[in-house]
Amino acid sequence: MSRSLILGACLSSLVLLAALVSFVWTPYDYAALNIPEKLQPPNAQHWFGTDHFGRDMFSMIMVGARTSIAVALVAVGIGMALGVPLGLTAAARKGSLLDELIMRGNDLVFAFPSLVIAILITAVFGAGAINAIIAIGIFNIPVFARITRGAALSLWEREFILAARVSGKGAARISAEHILPNVANLLIVQGTIQFSLGILAEAGLSYVGLGAQPPTPSWGRMLADAQTMVSFAPHLALIPGLAIIVTVLGLNLLGDGLRDWLDPRIRVARA
Amino acid sequence: MSLLEVNNLSLSIHGTGILKQVSLSIAPGQIVAVTGESGSGKSMTALAVMQLSPNGAEIDGALQLNDLSLLNCSEADMCALRGASIGMVFQEPMTALNPVNTIGDQVMETILIHKAMPPKQARARAEEVLTRVGLPPDQFPLSRYPHELSGGQRQRVVIAMAIALRPKLLIADEPTTALDVTTQAQILELLKGLVTEYNMGLLMITHDLAVVADMADQIVVMRHGEVVESGATGHILKHMQHPYTRMLFEASGHQVSLPEPAKSRPLLEVTNVIRDYRLPRKRLFDTPEHHRAVDHVSFALNRGERLGLVGESGCGKSTLTKAILGLEDVQGGTIRLDGQLVFSGHKPNLAVRRKMQVVFQDPYGSFNPRHRVARLVTEPFYLLDSPPTGSERQDRIAEMLTAVGLTPDDMGKYIHEFSGGQRQRIAIARALIIRPELILFDEAVSALDVSVRAQILDLLAELCEAYDLTYLFISHDLSVVRTITDRVMVMRAGKIVEEGDTESVFSDPQHQYTKNLINAAPKLPDIGQIVA
Amino acid sequence: MLRYTLKRLISLMISLAVASVVIFAVIEVAPGDPASFMLGVNAQEDTLAALRAELGLDVTKVQRYLNWVGGMMVGDFGTSYTYRTPVSQMITDRLWVSLPLALYALTLSTAIAFPVGIYAAARRGRPGDLTVMGATQLGIAVPNFWFAMMLVLIFAINLPWFNAGGFAGWDKGFWTGMHSLTLPAIALALPQAAILARVMRSSLLDILGEDFMRTARAKGLSRRQALWRHGVRNALIPVLTIIGLQFSFLLAGSIIIEQVFYLPGLGRLVFQAISARDLIVVESVVMLLVFAVITVNFLVDLAYAAVDPRLRSRT
Repeated sequence: MSRSLILGACLSSLVLLAALVSFVWTPYDYAALNIPEKLQPPNAQHWFGTDHFGRDMFSMIMVGARTSIAVALVAVGIGMALGVPLGLTAAARKGSLLDELIMRGNDLVFAFPSLVIAILITAVFGAGAINAIIAIGIFNIPVFARITRGAALSLWEREFILAARVSGKGAARISAEHILPNVANLLIVQGTIQFSLGILAEAGLSYVGLGAQPPTPSWGRMLADAQTMVSFAPHLALIPGLAIIVTVLGLNLLGDGLRDWLDPRIRVARA
Repeated sequence: MSLLEVNNLSLSIHGTGILKQVSLSIAPGQIVAVTGESGSGKSMTALAVMQLSPNGAEIDGALQLNDLSLLNCSEADMCALRGASIGMVFQEPMTALNPVNTIGDQVMETILIHKAMPPKQARARAEEVLTRVGLPPDQFPLSRYPHELSGGQRQRVVIAMAIALRPKLLIADEPTTALDVTTQAQILELLKGLVTEYNMGLLMITHDLAVVADMADQIVVMRHGEVVESGATGHILKHMQHPYTRMLFEASGHQVSLPEPAKSRPLLEVTNVIRDYRLPRKRLFDTPEHHRAVDHVSFALNRGERLGLVGESGCGKSTLTKAILGLEDVQGGTIRLDGQLVFSGHKPNLAVRRKMQVVFQDPYGSFNPRHRVARLVTEPFYLLDSPPTGSERQDRIAEMLTAVGLTPDDMGKYIHEFSGGQRQRIAIARALIIRPELILFDEAVSALDVSVRAQILDLLAELCEAYDLTYLFISHDLSVVRTITDRVMVMRAGKIVEEGDTESVFSDPQHQYTKNLINAAPKLPDIGQIVA
Repeated sequence: MLRYTLKRLISLMISLAVASVVIFAVIEVAPGDPASFMLGVNAQEDTLAALRAELGLDVTKVQRYLNWVGGMMVGDFGTSYTYRTPVSQMITDRLWVSLPLALYALTLSTAIAFPVGIYAAARRGRPGDLTVMGATQLGIAVPNFWFAMMLVLIFAINLPWFNAGGFAGWDKGFWTGMHSLTLPAIALALPQAAILARVMRSSLLDILGEDFMRTARAKGLSRRQALWRHGVRNALIPVLTIIGLQFSFLLAGSIIIEQVFYLPGLGRLVFQAISARDLIVVESVVMLLVFAVITVNFLVDLAYAAVDPRLRSRT
């Protein structure tokens, strides 16, 4: 196991742990206002300091992790659940009208960056975490469809697929039995990368007010609140920013490490 | 005085010994062939001479080019030597050229990088060498890109690059392995001519002993990074000492004896089959043109008969194989197995499919790496209405694995635990497990080393005895087809140009193309007679 | 080549047509009538009808779609529901901030990423490479708007080098304008440069393993010569794809970055429009962004053909 895999796994599980623990315990009530203690820099009572309402930043970061992870995870789920079958289908029917339609559809979605989708959705349905999930999720669909199709196409050329066809297996069965298990590694790696991109996107959407709405704490909105106070209370901006960086860095390192660890070529060499 | 002197060359990569005490020498105008099976270190020897060994390689010994000790040369000195004093030709012409540069630029680069002459003269020299290798500029302008040329033509460009500055030493690493037999003959002829004309030394790396016997003045036989035997070609052929050398020669010309085919009624009937591919449209609203890959092919294969199908790449033999297997629909004609259509109403007929199985070429790509052997070999059970289960299934797997020379214990292993030859045995077990009436071998021994190939051919002969096999053996390798089939068909440009009893087709070919094919194939000297 | 261009052009048209239908349809789903929103709940029925006629809302949906698309083709994007001014005028003003910002950032990101990626690939596994890889790993993880805030904190608040926000305007001179766009462009460009440098590196490393690189070395080219003469151009093919994709990220990113620096660009326009439910502005800005992305990808396709002769002849 590589160093990046271990470091990535440690950082990611740290954030995950913080999110899970926040369900049962936070140092303070994350929503409790305490004006007398506002804008404290990090200290023994408030490890990450307090914000302009005197709320405990450490508790807010813990609960904010929950929001980030939930949004990004569901968005990756949407992308995989729809994108992978589309990619498998396109590859199985390579060159057909269906393939062409799926791929053109993908190109079209790529023309709408997730922020633009979010703008469209909020313009119509209003801002909120659910809409942020949908916006990021829709953008993930072509990512997974494309990567699945690409990998599946090269697998379809392999002789073990021909052997399966000679054994009378149909495209759907071959896709499930032979193609999917052999692209699974790739999807896991891409999944962690999209997960980290999702965290970034969620933060961005919350920052401009299109993501999770108050009182749900989110890292992006903590940064938006900090903007006018950054000159006299820099910790308000530093701490949520570092939380995002640690999470995204952890996930990216995990993805890189997994890619090396799961690479069948390297595995065979080890075996 | 020799041109290149390799003395006790040892090479290890990160502590793993790759070459051990390799010695050989080449004189000007001489062709030295280094031969051996995969993993023998023959290509690594060539790269070591070029000082292009992979990172982490440690070299020990002596490499002497004329008076120059290559191992003492700095990297800058070696850059000056490479391309100018030592030229190199590689195995894979399809990928050896930069796809985004023209062939003229790539040939001229050899000259310009060494500042050997001003650009204008370099251009003239590039035209000259390209003409010499058979690509005259009036037919093949310097502005061509590699993708506009065939494999043989690309190999000629690679050779032109290597000889543009008239190097004293040319190294050719499997230069014809990726080429068709007629193209191979032309390239070998070209290399021989260049050696005489420029008085170059040629270090030729090849696994093909027929090529070796045909070309080389000296032979060096390698195994596991060591030279097991070397000497003048004529001498080695007559007095080979080392058992490994003998085994190699024996395996290369390996003959098997097949049981007499039963005289019986046709099993596979192919009638007037046509298979067209749509070509991309030339202009936007043209009606698309078609490429006829299989053109009115008709033949019959009798039960118990072993039929061969030979032809060069692109002749349509793979397409025909896929049509017979029912993997692709045909545009005309019918294919019947045991009287039933393989394709009925544009849908593959499953009842027919269970009577056929196939063994493919690539022992590495033929198996899903995530499944165990037991699951791999039982995949054809999917075709059966009531596949065997439980202990019956286990017994069938064990029986098949034993039949192909493996043990029943192997069924729990993953495919990466097996060698190439063992994988091909597993592929045969998979094909046999539902006792098909017909097996197609699609280049099934082409990717194997000669010694392993000989074993697989023996296995096939044994299985013919035990299971009364009927098969269609598709291959580009004439010598293999000659020994493993009763009857043979020669295919060219989608058509069967000749067919008949294997022995009579080979000894007395009628069609001009068959004659060319047989003449072009390098011949292995009859060792049996020489040794005796 | 002509045929290739034509084919790409047709697919560009189709993409634009489909995109416009999608955007129009989504906005149509929005509840509420713009006219009653503008005039308030107590408006008279005949005033409403007059306004609907003025806004072109009194015809069928198909007709409205055709009017919208037809208008856009001649540069008429309709009238803003809130400001009652032509949308095209509002967009043009803002575009002069957003487009230069995105291009500035794209130039910066490419100019940083190429040398860094090539440097790292040439020193694979050595300290220089590891440093670059570590730095780019960090660069990818930094949210650009947070990075922007830090830049403001350092270079505008602690050091008086730049203004913390606002846009001086192009009429005060090109360099004054560029000066106010510099911090936003850096904030946008660095995270993208980190991604692009990694793509450049890995693409180049893939190419270094190709057979023709070994051929080049056998011809007598040094490692460095082979890398520059044969490696870089081949490595560009996947890198171009990423540059195309990055442009859309940069456009989207600039919408957020404009919030940090209070820049009067498309981003601020669209957020104002959303809060005012000025849907015709949202619709037009989104269409414009999509148009930009699709056009850039068309240009990337053309660039492919320039780099790769196989594409020129095949189709």
